[in-house]
Parts: sequence; structure tokens; C-alpha cells
Amino acid sequence: MSPQEIPPDLRDSDLEPAALRRQLDGIWRTPRGILGALCTVDHKIIGRRYIATAFVFLAMGGVLAMLMRLQLARPESDVLGPDLYNMVFTMHGSDMMFLFAVPVMEAVAVFLVPLMVGTRNIAFPRLNAFSYWMYLGGGILLWTAFALDMGPDVGWFAYVPLSGPEYGAGKRADIWAQMITFTEVSALAVAVEIVVTVFKQRAPGMSLDRIPLFVWSMLVTSFIIILAMPAIMVASTSLILDRLVGTHFFNPAEGGDVLLWQHLFWFFGHPEVYIIFLPAVGMVSTIIATFSRRPVFGYLPLVLALIATGILAFGLWVHHMFATGLPRLGESFFTASSMAIALPAGLQIFCWLATLWLGRPVLKVPLLFVLAFFVTFVIGGLTGVMVASVPLDTQVHDTYFVVAHFHYVLIGGAVFPLMGAIYYWYPKIVGRLMSEQLGQWVVGLVSVGFNLTFFPMHILGLQGMTRRIYTYQPDMGWAGMNLFVSLSALILAAGFALFFFDAVRSASRGAPAGDNPWHAATLEWATASPPPSYNFDRMPVVLSADPLWHDRDTLSVATGLRVDRRELIVSSLVEARPEARDASPRPSIWPLLTASATSVMLVWSIFTPWAVVWGAIPVAVALVGWFWPKDTPEDDS
Amino acid sequence: MKQRVVADLSGLPLHAMGEASLTWWGTLTFMLLEGTGFALVIAIYLYLASLADTWPIGAPPPDLLPGTLVTVVLLISAIPNLLISRWAAQQQMTKVRLGLIVMTIFGVLPLVLRIYEFRALHISWDSNAYGSIVWTMLGLHTTHVLTDLADTGVLLALMFSRHGYSPRRFGDVQDNALYWNFVILTWLPIYGCLYWLPRLWQ
Repeated sequence: MSPQEIPPDLRDSDLEPAALRRQLDGIWRTPRGILGALCTVDHKIIGRRYIATAFVFLAMGGVLAMLMRLQLARPESDVLGPDLYNMVFTMHGSDMMFLFAVPVMEAVAVFLVPLMVGTRNIAFPRLNAFSYWMYLGGGILLWTAFALDMGPDVGWFAYVPLSGPEYGAGKRADIWAQMITFTEVSALAVAVEIVVTVFKQRAPGMSLDRIPLFVWSMLVTSFIIILAMPAIMVASTSLILDRLVGTHFFNPAEGGDVLLWQHLFWFFGHPEVYIIFLPAVGMVSTIIATFSRRPVFGYLPLVLALIATGILAFGLWVHHMFATGLPRLGESFFTASSMAIALPAGLQIFCWLATLWLGRPVLKVPLLFVLAFFVTFVIGGLTGVMVASVPLDTQVHDTYFVVAHFHYVLIGGAVFPLMGAIYYWYPKIVGRLMSEQLGQWVVGLVSVGFNLTFFPMHILGLQGMTRRIYTYQPDMGWAGMNLFVSLSALILAAGFALFFFDAVRSASRGAPAGDNPWHAATLEWATASPPPSYNFDRMPVVLSADPLWHDRDTLSVATGLRVDRRELIVSSLVEARPEARDASPRPSIWPLLTASATSVMLVWSIFTPWAVVWGAIPVAVALVGWFWPKDTPEDDS
Repeated sequence: MKQRVVADLSGLPLHAMGEASLTWWGTLTFMLLEGTGFALVIAIYLYLASLADTWPIGAPPPDLLPGTLVTVVLLISAIPNLLISRWAAQQQMTKVRLGLIVMTIFGVLPLVLRIYEFRALHISWDSNAYGSIVWTMLGLHTTHVLTDLADTGVLLALMFSRHGYSPRRFGDVQDNALYWNFVILTWLPIYGCLYWLPRLWQ
């Protein structure tokens, strides 16, 4: 029976399991071939692409880091000249923050959130496709510019006046600002999708207190994205306006202000840290519960800690500006709030320790990464409390102490849990397990290599070595420790290389995973690995916070959905009562066309403001094509 | 895993409106996002004003007439906007079509007045920071009027086509009306900032 011959009144309950799966696959499968690949709206395919692309950018950013370590390994080295060095550290920071850290967390969510809440696709799947193309466009823009010696060279936070029209000649700063537009558009789009997916597409019965903690963490993260990222878009747009059409936002001679840039940037930039860290917190909670073989201790405090962190994240931005001479009362307030945010972080750590203490921990690779996270993140958190204090911060501002601190929180706090999460969910994504033996080596190399590389930077900073210098003189006394750092970075790089090797090798050689290799409790493990195009053949119904532990053999499901169109359940916000059997869109080329038109407009607008006028026309045409009804059964209502 | 059927959902509607609709929530989320953008440009305005010795810098306060007319037009447009949302909920096609025509006119009117509004600022964007921020605020709001007008235009075409007779389209009309409320609401603080704050400041 081809999909066209299916009568609309045929329901999933009328079909035998095998026939049902065949029918659903016919409706939900992404068509083969290049056109199919360009049109896909399947959150799993887009999520996989997003994750893979983000890790490619991680590797590229890592290569830049190694180049910097090569340059700094000895005094007065000339591997990189000052101009290239400026570009390399700016590219490293921008690439890691905007093309790796934020996108990779959202990418994992794009793959997992719909599965974890028990639905068949993310909300607004075409927006999701659009988001990926915009992200890819931003990455290509940045790296192409770098290859053409046009890469930004003003630091990842592009402070004015260095990045302004007076000092930032050429197009380098514009490339940075417009890369921001690309990546923020894509990040904001995914945030909207996640909010609506979590609010409205949860499986019947998944009331607020049964939402998996990773999903909670992504919900809070998405709200932070929605409230923080407009600030960087406003900032980068004003910067482009200053540079292109002669506005004076950041020009003190005409009533503008350079600190305005810092306020806008850090109003985004500090929440950005939690945009990266909170998803990692969700991953840690998930991994700890699974490998402790018990529900996480303190579900409610953990959720409240996530929300508290999300709120406090907006009260910290000025602590990046302590060295600018702000009024003392303001500094005291931001010191207090910077220390206050350590409270929810500490609370979470105690809940996790209690879970491990009360459970029967199984020391598999994902849990080893979490243990490495504990140690490293606590050190990073402690130096964070140190630099929250104004006198200490003024002393170490712009030194390697700060470089050490934020790598401890970002790599220790987010990348370690992320790598654990990849080991944990890889079998679901690929259908095969990564190697346990290689994984142990990866944990060892990465955590030892990381600490040997970054801990000495604290000392270098205290000895006065400033950030972003391309070289130093032999009589500064920093040579020995810098060489040690550079050699240790090789261990860290070897760990990452082994991780990539394991990920690639396991795709074909890993042991078959089965549906639920870790005996975990959440819904993504209730379906096949990798999941079929329709995720679940019958829609799951949730009766407890740990559905697969609640009843280990049987999954409660709902029936009555149509099988002639892409149908899923819309449910109520608090209790997840089913409200409608709504449709999910089919594949479409329009998101790619819209993203292409938008990319042309954005890149063109680096050169002339008229691009916004003429470039908007194709964008509008593409959007109409996107939303015009296509007479598919999905349009029935 | 074995399955146990615990619910039959065949009786649910194929599409629901209002807060049971995904696009309604999507619209709301985008309003939060763009509302943050509006709040930020207002914050920049106040920040720059707090730094300046005199405000506005190098210009008199903008003339009141064009901006006030825009405000009046936007406030009046709230009435047909409310009605069209109600008609869409009742799926009354003739009234919805009429309402969309009226709302298209209410989208064009502020754009025409806005030309005079930009002139009434008596300053260019590249004169000083005051000029930069007031042009940006007006520009940002104009973009929102423009995009909603385009959306209304497309909906107008849709509702006169065979695609119109569908709860999904009526839901789109409701979402569009919701968004227009946002366009009206975001204007009010901007109007207060641009026209009244400089007068109170002096």
C-alpha cells in the first residue's frame, strides 16, 4: 500500500506492528539522494549534522590553539608574526565560543530533546533546517575570511575602539560582527524550537515534575539564549553601523561611549557561560542517575538550581568590567551576585555526590568523564570565586590567570561532560558502542593533559604574563613553564585525537548497542538505536519520572493517530494532557533557499547598506515559498 | 519492549487554536526575543542620555505631530485587530477577509507617517550618538511594522485563495493579530522615550 492509497480514517491501532512500522517509515522517511539530504527536516539527521559540524570546528579551533602553543613554547619565537597571532587567537576564541560550544550543546538537544520527551520531531522542523544552514554559513564565512587573510583580529569580544572604524581598518572586524549575526540567528531559532517542543510536545503524562533533567537544563538554557543573545545582535549591529554608515554609538567625541560596548557584550557574554554550562549540568545529572542505578537525589532542588542559575546569570556581567573603574557600589553588587551563583552550583554538586553515595556506581567511561568534571570544575569554580573579588580581579585581569580560570570552567565544566555525553548517547545516535578501553585512555589523556596544560597558567598569570601577547623576552623568566605548558598541550591534543579516532572507528566497528545498552530510564532508550525516522511507532505515555525503570518490560502507549500523514501529539503546558493530533511538516527545499538568500544579504551588507534593501527581496520571496500551503495531508485540520 | 495501550487519542482534533497551537507559542517566544531587543535599544537610549551633558545632543526634541499621529493610528488599529482575532476564532470568512483589508491599510498608514517622523527628528544618524540611537529605534520598529504588513498581505492573498477555508489558516490570522498587538505595545515605550523624555529632561 503506498502512502497515497491510505485512507485518512486508518489509524495506527488498525495495523499490525510490522505493517505499522512500514507505513510510518513511508510517511516520515527522508528521501534518498542529494535533494533529499538538502530538504530533510528530520531532527535526528539535522542533529547529527550539527554535532559533526561542531566537532569539526572544535578540531579546527584546537589546531589554532596548538599553533599558539608552538609560538609561545620559547621566548622570541617567530613561528607566527604579531598580525597572524592576533588573528589566530581571535579565530580560536570566536570559533570555540560561537561555532563550537553553543552550537554543540544545542545540537545534542536537537537530536535528543524530541526523543526524551517522546515526540516524533522537533517543533518547527523547517526552522531547524534553516538554523543548521545559517550556522554552516557563518562558519564558512569566518574560516574563508581567515584563509583570505581577512580573519578578525580584535579578540573574541571585539572591544571598541580597537574594532571601531578608527582603528579596525579593512573588513576584519565586519567579518566578526556578521559571523555573530549568522550564529545568533541559528542559535535563537533552535532555542525557540526547544522551548515550544518542551512546552507543547511532551508525551501524555509527562507533567513538569517528570521532565528529564537534561530537558529541563535545555529549557532553561533556551530561555537564557532568548534573553541574552539579542544583546550581542544589537551590539554587533551597532558596530557594523558605526563602521559602515557612520553612526556614533561607540564614539566618545560625538556622545557615544566605548563602555557601552562592554556592557552590551557582557550582558550577553556572561549568560553565554551558562548557555554552555547548563546543558552540561543536564548531561551530568543524566549520566550520574543512569550509572548510579537510581533516580537522581534531589530532583526538585536540581531543577530549582538550574532556574536560579539562569536568573543569576543576568546579574553578573559587570564582573568582566571591574578594571574599567565603575562606581564602587556597582562593583560590590556584582561581587555579591558573582559569589551568590556559587550556591546553586554547590547545591548541584552535593545532590550529585548524594546520588553516587546512595547508588551503586558503575564506572563506565561516561561516569569517568563526570568524575574528571567534578575535580576540574571545582578548581575552576574556586578561581571564579577569587576573581569575583574586585582587588584580586584588578590584579590578575588580562593575565594568564584568567585564561586558566575560564578554560577550567569551560573545558572542565562543559567539554568533559560533553565528551561523557557523547560516549553515553553515541550508541543511540549511531547504533554502536564506542570502545570502553580507548575511552578510558581518552579520559586519562584529556584530564591529565588538561590539568598539566592549564594549571601552570595560573602561576604564569600571577607572575605577570598577560593574555594575547605573541611573544615574550627570555629575561621574563616565563620560558620554562611555557615550554612545559606547550608540551602538556600535546598530551591533551593526543587525547582529543584518540577521541575522534574512537568516534570514527566505532561507527563501523563498534559493538551493536541494542535499544538500551546502559539500562537507562528515559524515553530515548525505549526505541531502536539509531531510532527510526518516526522515533516511536506508538506514542509513549509517561506514568513516572523514570518511565523505563517504572516498568522494565512494558511501555505504556497511546493509539489513535493517523498513519497517512506526519502526526504527533500536542499536549498541555503543565500536566501534558493531550490537546490535539497535529501535523509535522514534510521535507522542503525552502529553508535552504531562505538561508542562502539571507546569507547573500548578510555578507553583501558588509560592503554596502543597500544590501539590506535589495537583499531582503529574495529573502521575502523565499519565506513566502516556505509558508505557502502545499496541499499535503499535513495541512488538514 | 512490549507495549500496553493505555489511551486512545483518535477523538482529538487535527489542529487546535490558541494556546493549544504550536505556532501561537512560537509567536509568543519570538515576541519575547524581539521584546528583549526593544528593551535593549531603549536601555542604550537611556544610557547615552545619562552620559550626555544635554539631551538631545545638538537638536531640539522631535516634533510631536507625526509621532503622535502614528501612536493614534496604532492605538485605533487595536480595535479591528481585536475583532479580526475574534472573527478568525469563529471562522467567519467574509469578516476575516474584510478585517485583513482593513489591517493592511492600518499597516500602510504608519509607514507613510513614518517618513515624516524621520524628518521630524531634525537630526541625521551620522550627526552624533543621539541621532544614531533615535534612527535605530525608529528603524527597528519600522522593520516590525513592515514585516507584519508583509505577513498580513500574504495572509490576505491566502484567505482569498482556496487554501483559506481551514482552521489552520484562521489560526494563522489569529497569530498575525497577536503579533500586531506586539507591534503596537512595543511602540508605546519608544514613543515615550523619543518624544516625551527629552521634553521632561530639559
